[in-house]
Amino acid sequence: MMTPVRTWNRKDLIGIEELSRPEIELILDTAPQFVAVSARESGIKKVPLLQGRLVVNWFYEPSTRTRTSFELAAKRLSADTLSIAASASSSVKGESLHDTLANIEAMHSDIIVLRHYYAGAPHMLAKRHASHIINAGDGRHEHPTQALLDAYTMLDHVRTLRGDRHATLDGLRVALIGDVAHSRVARSNIWCLTKLGARVVLCGPRTLMPPEIGRMGVDVSYNLHEAIHDADVIYALRIQLERQQSCLFPSLREYIKLFRIDRESLKVAPPHALIMHPGPINRDVELAAEVADSSRSVVLQQVTNGVAVRMAVMHLLANQPGRRTAPAATEERAP
Amino acid sequence: MTIGIINGHLIDPASGISARRDILIKGGTIARIGESLRGSENIDAAGCIVAPGLVDLHVHFREPGNESKETIATGSCAAAHGGFTSVVTMPNTNPPIDDAGTLELVIRRAQETACIKIWPSACATKERAGKEMTEMAELKAVGAIAVTDDGSDISSSWVMRRVLEYADMCGLTFLAHCEDSSLVSDGVMNEGFNSTCLGMPGMPRAMEEIMVERNIRLAAMAGARIHIQHVTTADSVDIIRRAKARGIRVTCETAPHYFTLTDDAVRSFDTNTKMNPPLREQSDIDAIKEGLADGTIDCIATDHAPHAFTEKDVEFQLAPFGIVGLETALALVISELVRPGVITIERAVELLTSAPANILALPAGSLREGGPADIVVFDPAAEWVVDPEEFASKSRNTPFAGRKVFGAVRATICAGKMVYKTKNLG
Repeated sequence: MMTPVRTWNRKDLIGIEELSRPEIELILDTAPQFVAVSARESGIKKVPLLQGRLVVNWFYEPSTRTRTSFELAAKRLSADTLSIAASASSSVKGESLHDTLANIEAMHSDIIVLRHYYAGAPHMLAKRHASHIINAGDGRHEHPTQALLDAYTMLDHVRTLRGDRHATLDGLRVALIGDVAHSRVARSNIWCLTKLGARVVLCGPRTLMPPEIGRMGVDVSYNLHEAIHDADVIYALRIQLERQQSCLFPSLREYIKLFRIDRESLKVAPPHALIMHPGPINRDVELAAEVADSSRSVVLQQVTNGVAVRMAVMHLLANQPGRRTAPAATEERAP
Repeated sequence: MTIGIINGHLIDPASGISARRDILIKGGTIARIGESLRGSENIDAAGCIVAPGLVDLHVHFREPGNESKETIATGSCAAAHGGFTSVVTMPNTNPPIDDAGTLELVIRRAQETACIKIWPSACATKERAGKEMTEMAELKAVGAIAVTDDGSDISSSWVMRRVLEYADMCGLTFLAHCEDSSLVSDGVMNEGFNSTCLGMPGMPRAMEEIMVERNIRLAAMAGARIHIQHVTTADSVDIIRRAKARGIRVTCETAPHYFTLTDDAVRSFDTNTKMNPPLREQSDIDAIKEGLADGTIDCIATDHAPHAFTEKDVEFQLAPFGIVGLETALALVISELVRPGVITIERAVELLTSAPANILALPAGSLREGGPADIVVFDPAAEWVVDPEEFASKSRNTPFAGRKVFGAVRATICAGKMVYKTKNLG
C-alpha cells in the first residue's frame, strides 16, 4: 500500500486545481474522525482543536448551506466565529478587499472563509495576508470544499458498497449534468475527480458548455442517455432560471425534456448509480422530486459530510498536524 | 555650439543606412551625417545604435481628467526614457477630445509641459458615443493628426461608413479599435481554455476579427485610409494580409505585449495582465511575429495605458484594462523579436520609427541633414531588469516587473535637446 502523505504544507485552500492527489487524499483521510464527532452518541458534538481561534465567515454572496456548514464546522472545533455579510455595493464603492481584510486581521483572525462573486478574489488575498484563506466559492472559478465533500461522499459510498476500506475512486464513472459554464462546483469537481482517477463526462446544452473544457481531461456529450448509461454517479448541477433570458436555452420546458434527471431518463442508467446535487435543488427542473427523495439520492449525506470535510480542512490549515515549524505567512507584501 | 553623436552604428530605415556614422547637431536640426565628425560637445555612442527618435502611434496620457494616472508632462518623460520623441495621444480623456476647445487645451499643455513631440488625435464621434461625427475639418485645422474612438468601436455600420468618408475628405486617417461588443459585453480576458479554467468571461478572437473585417470593407467601399489598432489574433493578421493584397489602403499596429505574453499569464490573476484586446495564445503570437516579419503588420505601438496602483489593486474583473508600455517597448522588441531572429535590428527600428511616421505622415522617424534632431541612442546588448519603481511614468502597471530584457536606451534627443540620458554615457 502507498504511504499516505501525513503533512499539510499550504497556508490556504484556494482551489483544487493546484492540489496534488496525495494532498486531496490527506483531506479525505482526515475527515472520518470529524464525521464521528458529529455523530457522537453522547450528543457532545465538539472537539477543542481550534479553541481560542477566530474563524471569520466573510460572504459577498447570499449562501445558507455553505455558510452554515462552515460555521458549524468551526463551532464543532471550538473556534470563535464571526460572520460578515458584505454586499456588492460596499466593495465597489467602499474600501478595497485588501483593506477590509487588513481590518479583520487587525482583530487577530486565524481563518478567513471567503465567498466572493469574482474569480481570483481569495487568490489575491492569500498572496498578501497572513490569515489562512479558505475559498468558499469565487465567481465561476472554484468551490474546493464542495468538491472535497462530494469526493468524500462518493468514496464513502464506494467503500461501503465494496466492503473495502481502502477502495479508491479510480475508474469511477461520474456524469456531471447541466450548466457547466457558470458552475464553480463543476470546475472544482472536474479537477478533484480526475486527479483521483475517476472518469468524468459532462453533459448539458452546448450553450452552457465552456470552450475547450475537454482539455481539463473530461468527455463532453450533449446527449443525456449517452452520458449516464454507464454512470456510477449522476451529479446534477443547479440550473439558474435567468439563463433563459440571456439566450442560453429556449425554455425550461425544453431543458427538462433534454436534460432532467428523472425516473424516465434514469431507465438507461445502471441501477446502482448514485444521485448527487450540490443544492439548492430546483425541484423538478434539473432533478425530479421523485429522484431527489429516492434511496439512491445522497443529497443529504453530502450536507452531513460537508461539515466534517470543512472541519478537516480547518484543522489541517490551522494546526498543520505533523509539521514541526510554521509555514512562512506571506509570500508578497504590499508596496 | 554643435553636438556630435560619434562612434555609433547609425540605422535610418528611411534612407536605408545601417553603418558607422557620426551625426552633428546644430540647434534643433541635424547639420551633418558623415564620418569622422566632431562637435563642440560629443556623445560617445560606441557600441550603441543611433536611430531616429522612436514614434508611437498609440498612447494615453490621461490629461485632461485623470492626471493622477498620468499627465502630458509625465507621459512625455516616460516616452523620453523609452527612446520615443513623437507620440500620438488618444482622445479618450475626460472630457474626451471631441471639439476644438479641448484639443486646443491639450496642444497648449503639450507646448508648455511636454519634453517630446505630442501629436494629438481627436474623437471621430461626439463623446465617443458612436452616433454623431465630430467637426473633423475644424479639428484638423486646430492640429488633430488623426481621428479615433479608441477604447470602443463604432457599432453602427452606417455611422462608421460616414465617418470614414468624412475623415478621408478632411485628410484624416481613422484609427480603428476593433471590438464587436455585441458579441460579449462583460469579457475580461481571451476566451479559451484559460478563461474556461478560471471561470472568467472571455473575449473571443471573433470580437476583434468581425470588426477588422467590417471596418476594412467599409474603408474599401469609402476609398478611405484606415489604420487598425492593436492587432492580436492570427486571423486578424490574415484578414489584413489579404486586404493589402487586394490593394486596400489599410495599415495596422500591434503592441509588444501581444508578441511577448499569452493568456497563461492571466492564471496569476495579476491585474497587470488585463488589457483590451486581451492577451491571446501562442498560435496568435506566432502569427503576429510572421506579420511583423513579412510586412503585414506595419508598426509597433505601445498602447501605453497608465492606471494608478489602487485602481489595479482589486479583483481581476473589477480592474481597468490597460498597461504602461513606453519604457519597456524597445527592450521587448529587441528581446522577443531581434535576438531570437524573427526580424533584423533594421526592421525593428523601422517598425518603431519611419513606418509609424509614414502612416500619419508625421515629420519624424528619419535622420537627414536639415531634418529635426530627434534621435535615440541605445545599447542593443545591454541587459537589465524591469523595475517599475524606476519608471518616469506616474503609473507602474506593467506585467513585466522583474523581467530580464536586452536593449537599453542611453540617450534621447528631441529637437536637438537631450531629454533623457543615462549616467554611464560618455
